[in-house]
Amino acid sequence: MEAIITTLSAYGWDLLEKTGEHMFISLAAILLGVSVAIPAGILLTRIPKVADRIISFVGVLQTVPSLAILAFLMPFLGVGILPAIIALFIYSVLPILRNTYTGVMEVDSSLKEAGRGMGMSNWETVRKIELPLALPVIMSGIRFATVYLIGWATLAAFIGGGGLGDLIFDGLNLYQPELIILGTIPATLLALLANGGLSLLEKKLTPVAMRGETA
Amino acid sequence: MLEFKEVTKTFEGSKKPAVNKLNLSIEKGEFVVFIGPSGCGKTTTMKMINRLVEPTDGQILVEGTNVLEQDSVQLRRSIGYVIQQIGLMPHMTVGENISLVGSLLKWSKEKQRERAKELISLVDLPEEYLNRYPHELSGGQQQRIGVLRALAADPPLILMDEPFGALDPITRDGLQEEFKKLQKEVDKTIVFVTHDMDEAIKLADKIVIMNAGEIVQVGSPDEILKHPANEFVEDFIGKDRLLQSRPDVTRVEQIMNANPITVKEERTLKEAIQVMRDNRVDSLLVIDEIGTLKGYIDIEMIDAQYKKRSYVYEAMDTEEYSVHKSDLLRDTMYRMLRRGSAYVPVIEENDRLVGIVTRAALANMVYDTIWGDETAEVAAAD
Repeated sequence: MEAIITTLSAYGWDLLEKTGEHMFISLAAILLGVSVAIPAGILLTRIPKVADRIISFVGVLQTVPSLAILAFLMPFLGVGILPAIIALFIYSVLPILRNTYTGVMEVDSSLKEAGRGMGMSNWETVRKIELPLALPVIMSGIRFATVYLIGWATLAAFIGGGGLGDLIFDGLNLYQPELIILGTIPATLLALLANGGLSLLEKKLTPVAMRGETA
Repeated sequence: MLEFKEVTKTFEGSKKPAVNKLNLSIEKGEFVVFIGPSGCGKTTTMKMINRLVEPTDGQILVEGTNVLEQDSVQLRRSIGYVIQQIGLMPHMTVGENISLVGSLLKWSKEKQRERAKELISLVDLPEEYLNRYPHELSGGQQQRIGVLRALAADPPLILMDEPFGALDPITRDGLQEEFKKLQKEVDKTIVFVTHDMDEAIKLADKIVIMNAGEIVQVGSPDEILKHPANEFVEDFIGKDRLLQSRPDVTRVEQIMNANPITVKEERTLKEAIQVMRDNRVDSLLVIDEIGTLKGYIDIEMIDAQYKKRSYVYEAMDTEEYSVHKSDLLRDTMYRMLRRGSAYVPVIEENDRLVGIVTRAALANMVYDTIWGDETAEVAAAD
């Protein structure tokens, strides 16, 4: 314990900086993931015949070990923060894509028909019916992805992306378990916080009428 | 208002057309009900009007314009649409649901709210319901909102796809009556799809019976009941209803007793009692010199007032309910049975009394119908 406190006082400033980096990498990756996966998921609902195949292909990507992805990306994107973000982004796509697709597909078809019959354009149907009603499912996909990403972001250190992984790798290299713990605990806390915060947001965004069912 | 010209729809992968060379014209303000067994093409026909289903061939003209030449989104906004599953948006308040088309048409928030208030007053729901969510309403209330939503942009034409099909019979009955009244108030042309013959008879100005993608018969409910075009229509209407429809054409004067027991209003109560005794009845219809119906008097009323009053006009009850001699019997029967009265006086112009319909006469009529029909059937079987 004393060792940890000594390390903390020695690395305190470093810790803050690394946590910041860590948050930035995760946030950037998840935002990128959201902005790609949600529109893609909605597009997939328009081509349900091939959607399953596309989703399983993305599922295969997900199974490639993260370390391997990072290694693969190095020749193309070099080292640093950018390849780290891109690698993490790839991992965030599947859960969000899958949940967007399922969420939108599960919206009651009679509502879509009512909307169409009243003269909603395709875009209006998405914006006024499909997205709001699928939002709880989409949000839980985002939450799932975020929690994983915060954990995996420690690997960014491996290709010089920075973040809390730096502390952990330093700890490994220097045989300093305190340093490993110092990197791990904030990462875990970040993940827990993100999970809690997003749960709250999810509840808030759930349409009033559906709160009973999803809670 | 609405015209089908040789309209055909063949769905992909099917050889037989779902709707085959359909021709029909619908007048403004008409309530047209499409009816037929499932798969007869009635829903397809309706959905081609707002292009939820695209016709394969032919023309559909709404107020003279071919629907295929209009932008489908704009077209649908100009036609009301009500579906069986109600389809209220669960994430929007009742008010937002009602003004959904308004919001698509980019109405101002005030205009949307005003319109929603105006509409909800049409169906006797309190204004604070506008702030509730659909799941807080009963099924019947939800479909009322569904209908209002279709009325919001004041479209001249409304399409309704079995709108009351998912409701329980009592709610459905109430809603049908309410809706028929509402339709007269707002004066819309309505295309209504159902498989429920009772509903069709109750609501329609014009019934279109379809089978296998083609029109079998078009006519008013009365015409169809009286002159079914062929066996299919007869079967579809059902024997029971053909029987029931008989009193529809019988008028009150055909079964009334033309010699009701009466007393003039200026006679004394004593004389009235004498008339009752002579004719063995317990109540009398009161008339004046020229035979105008004034009221009625019965033995209990005389008994209660015998000491205080001496003339019939002083003791009689003027709250008399009567029917006109050319009224249809079906209305009389219903009203008589509901009021629980033993008889109804029959009048002609100027309230002149011409006869009386008693419960006994109605009973005779019913027996005749049943008995008469049985003998006919026995004869046919032989």
